[in-house]
Amino acid sequence: MTDTAMYRVQTQTRASYSAGAVCIALIILFILLPTFASRGLIQDLFFIFTMLVLAQFWNLLAGYGGLVSVGQQAFVGMGAYAMFGGVILWGMDPVPAILLGGVAALIVAIPTAFFAFRLQGAYFAIGTWVIAEVMRLLVAQWKVLGGGTGTSLPRTATRQMWVTEWIQATFDVRGAAARDILTYWLALALVIATIAGIYWLLRTKRGLALAAVRDNVEAAKSVGVDAVRMKWLVYLVAAAGTGLTGALIYLQKLRISPDAAFSVTDWTAYVIFIVVIGGIGTIEGPILGVLIFFILQSLLADYGSWYLMVLGLIGIAIMLFAPRGIWGLITEKTGLQIFPVRRRLVIGAQSNKED
Amino acid sequence: MIWIDTIIQGVLLGGLYALFAAGLSLVFGIMRLVNLAHGDLIVFAAYLILLLVSLLGLSPFLAAIIAAPIMFCVGWALQRHVLNRVLGPDILPPLLVTFGLSVVLQNALLEVFSADSQRLPAGEIATASVQMGGLNLGVLPLLTFASAILVIVGLNQLFYRTELGRAFRATSDDAVTAGLMGIRPDRIFATATAIAMLVVTLAAIYLGMRANFDPNIGPARLIYAFEAVIIGGLGSLWGTLVGGIIIGVAQTVGAAINPEWQILAGHLAFLLVLLIKPRGLFPRAVD
Repeated sequence: MTDTAMYRVQTQTRASYSAGAVCIALIILFILLPTFASRGLIQDLFFIFTMLVLAQFWNLLAGYGGLVSVGQQAFVGMGAYAMFGGVILWGMDPVPAILLGGVAALIVAIPTAFFAFRLQGAYFAIGTWVIAEVMRLLVAQWKVLGGGTGTSLPRTATRQMWVTEWIQATFDVRGAAARDILTYWLALALVIATIAGIYWLLRTKRGLALAAVRDNVEAAKSVGVDAVRMKWLVYLVAAAGTGLTGALIYLQKLRISPDAAFSVTDWTAYVIFIVVIGGIGTIEGPILGVLIFFILQSLLADYGSWYLMVLGLIGIAIMLFAPRGIWGLITEKTGLQIFPVRRRLVIGAQSNKED
Repeated sequence: MIWIDTIIQGVLLGGLYALFAAGLSLVFGIMRLVNLAHGDLIVFAAYLILLLVSLLGLSPFLAAIIAAPIMFCVGWALQRHVLNRVLGPDILPPLLVTFGLSVVLQNALLEVFSADSQRLPAGEIATASVQMGGLNLGVLPLLTFASAILVIVGLNQLFYRTELGRAFRATSDDAVTAGLMGIRPDRIFATATAIAMLVVTLAAIYLGMRANFDPNIGPARLIYAFEAVIIGGLGSLWGTLVGGIIIGVAQTVGAAINPEWQILAGHLAFLLVLLIKPRGLFPRAVD
């Protein structure tokens, strides 16, 4: 019994306590933001939040699960189309229909994983891409939802959406602005839930198993980790989260088409660059990455394809010279961790660093 | 009769897909690298040929003879200075670097050549056809298919009959031990990618003469090539040809039923093979 009193395992660092306080302050600020911020800022933040959620889930897949998918647009598209289907075909309110998006993505992820897990490594990547293409082509055949040209959410549905009336009355804004505020809050809730959820997952026993599988599958198996189950868990969680985000993004856009909703550039290439530039395999990386991504986009927006070229070149340079990304460089220099998931052994009064 | 014609058209189309896939298969076989920019490199080669055709007024085949050494050098430099740095047990870096390269190439082509679709002037052979057992077969598809067979025979000869091929196989089996025997894996890898770019140039001629192309069609070509490689089984070049033919036939039959189903039918054929034989029809390598 004395042994247990001698040491304990902890993940918190002093920086993570103060970062926690800053996070709570930021969350309160973000919740109250619509009372004084311009509509443009709200829209920009919506974009940042949704891209950040997509990036966190891709990071969970590739950075922690070792599953490099180039087909996450499949779940953005399916989530968005399921939400549209719920509203147009079943007359659902768009807000609860977002949940339908998450469920639909989860359901299609099961057969997808069944096929994709038959492929290893790089072939898994292209395999997921093929499956996303199949879904795009199948959805383009769905004539009720506009086929290849796409469709819009009916006005009647968006006008009577949950909570918008209250927002209109409270903030004294028009319908469209009220919808922006609502989707902004939903995106904020989603981003908080995602980061908190992933942080929680990584600090549980499952998270430790996940890191073990990522670092060495054989070694992880030998100590009793069910590697296949971990892969399924991560894949399905990422699919459901990506589906929810897809539905939310298209609730804000109001118009959908198969080419846009299943776009590999918008929903996978951007997301990969965000994660890689920020720092793969960390929670902080995608946050930093999405900010850099947004700044670059604002600066280079007028230069069209140059923008993507610059993004691609930065991504390549990071992979060649700093594979842990910009956040990796910062941690290397300062040892700073805002969301620590690394277990350290604290013995008595002294603290020793252990991975 | 119309169905036989459709299937034969599909087989010949499969030759084109096998050409797309041969370079991918070669590079993967030697260094376990999947180049996500492979399709964009084919499109890049097609634009290079187009540039030479319009600048020098050459025929596409002559232009390709000039383009081939350029592509060879591009492949060598790309492997030597970029891809060799990221090869290793971790599959993530090469995957992300080639994905980045794909995006960069696509947008660079878009910036230089615009999004307008282009075509290589094929001259008379574009419309020429031969009568064969009551069927009209286009000379160009026949030539494509013959080229695919020639490339596969050539690569197999290179692999199993030459000193370079022995070095390829040795490096593929065990790069460290090959290094001890005086082979330099980094040079072997660079040579392999350079040779793959020669195949890419050949594929680009037929890509450009058969139909219109624009900077955005690379990823789709990568997917067809990848499907052909997987269906055939990793490491088997003849298997890749069979894979290409299966995709080609599925696409033409799908298109005959409903034009919108062309691409979808190819993908579904791929998924079906994956369901029944996850390691492909003629697996050789174990990964």
